[in-house]
Amino acid sequence: MRTIRAEEITENIKEMCMEANIRLADDVRCRIEDGIKKEESEIGKQILGQLVTNMEIASTESIPICQDTGMAVVFVKIGQNVHIEGGFIEDAINEGIRRGYQEGYLRKSVVGDPLIRENTKDNTPGVIHYSIVPGETLELTVAPKGFGSENMSRIVMLKPADGEEGVKNAVLETVKMAGPNACPPMVVGVGIGGTFEKCALLAKTALTRSLNVRSTLPHIEKMEEELLLRINNSGIGPGGLGGRITALGVNIETYPTHIAGLPVAVNICCHVNRHITRTI
Amino acid sequence: MNQSVKTPLTKEDIRKLKAGDYVFVSGTIYTARDAAHKRMYEALKEGKALPFPIKDQIIYYLGPTPAREGQVIGSAGPTTSSRMDRYTPDLLKLGLNGMIGKGKRSEAVLKAIKEECAVYFAAVGGAGALLSKCIKASEVIAYEDLGTEAVRKLTVENLPVIVVADCYGNNLYESAVKEYCIDME
Repeated sequence: MRTIRAEEITENIKEMCMEANIRLADDVRCRIEDGIKKEESEIGKQILGQLVTNMEIASTESIPICQDTGMAVVFVKIGQNVHIEGGFIEDAINEGIRRGYQEGYLRKSVVGDPLIRENTKDNTPGVIHYSIVPGETLELTVAPKGFGSENMSRIVMLKPADGEEGVKNAVLETVKMAGPNACPPMVVGVGIGGTFEKCALLAKTALTRSLNVRSTLPHIEKMEEELLLRINNSGIGPGGLGGRITALGVNIETYPTHIAGLPVAVNICCHVNRHITRTI
Repeated sequence: MNQSVKTPLTKEDIRKLKAGDYVFVSGTIYTARDAAHKRMYEALKEGKALPFPIKDQIIYYLGPTPAREGQVIGSAGPTTSSRMDRYTPDLLKLGLNGMIGKGKRSEAVLKAIKEECAVYFAAVGGAGALLSKCIKASEVIAYEDLGTEAVRKLTVENLPVIVVADCYGNNLYESAVKEYCIDME
């Protein structure tokens, strides 16, 4: 049994919220830089160039990359031999979010009730997903999610007969509908299988995987590559103003499902695909 | 074509702007997003005045991050415009001449842009740090309780935007995408 203090969780979450909003992982940066070479549209090239400059300014001056610093999505993998001391884990995480958004000069974008819509003024609560894993470490992933792209995400319950083509069409349709609203170039996270809610979670999880890592399942790896190619043939382009670089990557996660179903969730993310992981 | 405009934005300025033009905006502009639009709409319904004289002005759909000490404003990129669509035609009728945001507009808004001779610009979504550098002054002038959604009066210098919908009925989101679309099937 290993003991981890709640305060240590809070400190880590705080730092991760601040860091994720100011520095993007290299995978996204490299794809954008690479996109400038491949982009055929002049406006598209200019926009991608602006995104690179934007990231440099954000990093050197500690200004958030995007003003929508998101709702804080947190994935927690708790080793089953871990004991947490000094407070309830969920409170510790929310306190980390509170401090991170305050001390990091991040935007408070959360309303307490979806209909009454009063801002909670500290960006809490986060959306927290727990899983219990073997071992005695605690893995935290913070993925602040902007809503320009979240709003363009979709879930569809396909029929098994719709098969692979049905899945691809659902993804392509979602990207087309998202168009300029989702701040392309986008990152597309796809969940296939499971149940209604599992599928959505798979899509969100897919967004936290590096763009340089492909699915280990050969048929899914092939689908990821094919979808990226087809999305980039859509013409939407950077900023939705026409061009070749519409998406930076497509990540797909799958899970077993029911004999009667084929759920597909498409979680669209803009190019500011923030995620950061630490293990305590 | 590269162009520069200074606010207030007149009808004469607008007629020179074509979809696809790269435009640098300077002068005073105002921020308003979801909650501020709702309040302005309610104010109008009750016969009250808007928080700023809207004629010939530009609204930037923006909710910035807080400024650090010594900064004018935090990250300051555009939010999705379509959420303001419900309120926009009425504001255009009152003389609002320009909007800066990102993403598609409704048919009703596009029609009103043409009828009222207005313009819709897109700024680059997700380039909030870069865009903040063009903002030289920022002052909350209404609805302070809304936090990031308050109405701000901004002084901007060469804020880079692109004309998406011009007063002639052109819409860059449609035309440019067709030009680069190979085949999605």
